[in-house]
Amino acid sequence: MKRVQAFMRQHPWSWSFLAAFTTWAVTAAYISGTGGLALASTALSFSTFFVMVGIGQMFVITLGPGNVDLSIPSTITLSAVVSMMVMDGSNTLIVLGVLAAVGVGLLVGLFNYSLIRVLSIPPIIATMSSSFLVQSSAIALGRGVKIKPPLALEWISTAKILGVPILALLVIAFAIGMAVVLNRTIYGRSVTAFGQNTRAAKLAGVPIERIRYLTYTLSAVLAAVCGVFLAGFSGGSSLNMGEEYLLASIAVVVIGGSSIAGGNSNVPGIFGSALFLFLLVAMLNTFGAAAGLRLILTGLIIVGVVTFAGGRKESR
Amino acid sequence: MNGLQFFTSARFWRGALPALSLTFVLLGVFWLQPRAMSYFGLNLLFNLAVPIALATIAQMFVIAVNDLDLSIGSFVSLVACIGATWLHDTPLLGIAALLGCVAAYAAMGALIYIRQLPSIVVTLGMSFVWSGCAVLLLPTPGGSAPDWIRALVTFKPPYIPMPILAAVVLALVVHFALMRTSWGVLMRGVGGNERAITRAGWSVLKLKMTMYAMTAVFGILAGLTLVGLATSADANIALRYTLLSIAGVILGGGEFVGGRISPVGAVLGAMTLTLTASFLSFLRISPDWQIGAQGAVLIIVLALRAIVNRMEARR
Repeated sequence: MKRVQAFMRQHPWSWSFLAAFTTWAVTAAYISGTGGLALASTALSFSTFFVMVGIGQMFVITLGPGNVDLSIPSTITLSAVVSMMVMDGSNTLIVLGVLAAVGVGLLVGLFNYSLIRVLSIPPIIATMSSSFLVQSSAIALGRGVKIKPPLALEWISTAKILGVPILALLVIAFAIGMAVVLNRTIYGRSVTAFGQNTRAAKLAGVPIERIRYLTYTLSAVLAAVCGVFLAGFSGGSSLNMGEEYLLASIAVVVIGGSSIAGGNSNVPGIFGSALFLFLLVAMLNTFGAAAGLRLILTGLIIVGVVTFAGGRKESR
Repeated sequence: MNGLQFFTSARFWRGALPALSLTFVLLGVFWLQPRAMSYFGLNLLFNLAVPIALATIAQMFVIAVNDLDLSIGSFVSLVACIGATWLHDTPLLGIAALLGCVAAYAAMGALIYIRQLPSIVVTLGMSFVWSGCAVLLLPTPGGSAPDWIRALVTFKPPYIPMPILAAVVLALVVHFALMRTSWGVLMRGVGGNERAITRAGWSVLKLKMTMYAMTAVFGILAGLTLVGLATSADANIALRYTLLSIAGVILGGGEFVGGRISPVGAVLGAMTLTLTASFLSFLRISPDWQIGAQGAVLIIVLALRAIVNRMEARR
């Protein structure tokens, strides 16, 4: 028992998996039978999207206080709209559509970074201002557009092998890659150094401007890619598809045990907390909570988890 | 510093920027539609700016203590729902609910301070709570505003249109309270130098709770004004206010850290943002671009401020 406790203290991400597992177990016990496995499979499907944007947001948050990307929801929407228009429902144009989406991500990232750099304004304000423009473009482009995603894209976004979604497998592989990037590469270590003490990092020769540019671009590109798969998953783009990702992208990072003050992040926690966020709503659904009550409880539990997690860090 | 030097100083231009941008957009509107230059026209132009200005002031109180409220939009929506239901049918219950909201906000401030939590995450979580309450209270759009609120917001004073009067009073009252009283200095001091305030023997906890309670008070005013103008409410009626209010504070010259805020600027900023939206419709540009135009105005003003700051640094 002591060793378990020690492990959990050393690995702040383990809490999110514990929370996810508990929520799953309670719900599975309630519905009984094989419903639990189906629930786990659905949770994997939905949480992959949280993980995709969560990883980008995590790198941004690691940069330190004030670094948050508020343009993620609008980037998701714009890239979904653009990619669906480029693909036009045809399998042969998928690659082109994905490239267009990545292009959207690169542009948004560059724009965010330029605002931060040229206007020297806090990143929250910069990403918020650009999200106004991006959201507006998405609305203007996508109003009335109803294009079904190409079949192959729909397949890869929804297909499952033995109940395990293919997209989830891809994202797990990607997350492992990003964990290596964060902990073992010069870029990842530079991001962490940036968040711990920007001045010290600069004096130590970290090219801080390049690091910041890369990080905001990474976040925007991941949001854009998420938009493409999300459109494939939900049968097309819609103008409010990015909405819930503002809270989700920040919440998965913080609940996952990364420090909101930056400089100390981990990738596994994002997976655990993404599963937790989905399972929480599923659990409340299963118990038959009304829409309003579900929202209230979700909000209170998020605040509760943050209160608990925040206190844990303080005591150390 | 003599008079002429003052008018060329960076400080003057930084302070004048919010007023200049409002004048600029207003001139644009008058140029496109001269008929807007009347009592009735101004009333119509700025009617919806009043709740936004109130929400912006609410946001400003939180920004003054270096936090950010991402729940103000859903909070204003909740207040509108309370206004259109309980406050109309059973006024006592309505008033009790609104007082409860103020207490909840103060408690949120206390929680954020005591546990040193990131305000962004806590308020995002609370935005779900407010929305949930609003949905429970008013599952489908409807309800009706109490008559006394209707009468108040549609009141037509002589000569000066109500929205203009309301904006001026709001700006002056908050400016006086925050910038000209010792209480206001303390409040802004929490954002400027928390440790200094603590060392001087003040309870930062109490100050932060007061600031959050003030946010709730102005959020409530915003919600009630909105429901008075719209006559009915819905749970999503003011979700846009969250980002608009932050934009308004920044547009008005507020800064993100250090308790540097400007109540007059915030009101001007909110009015500029509202006017930008109508400016587009006068240009016959699709309302799809409204949010984009507001973002563009924000970026332009921030760019001008960066230029002013750089001029100052060069001297």
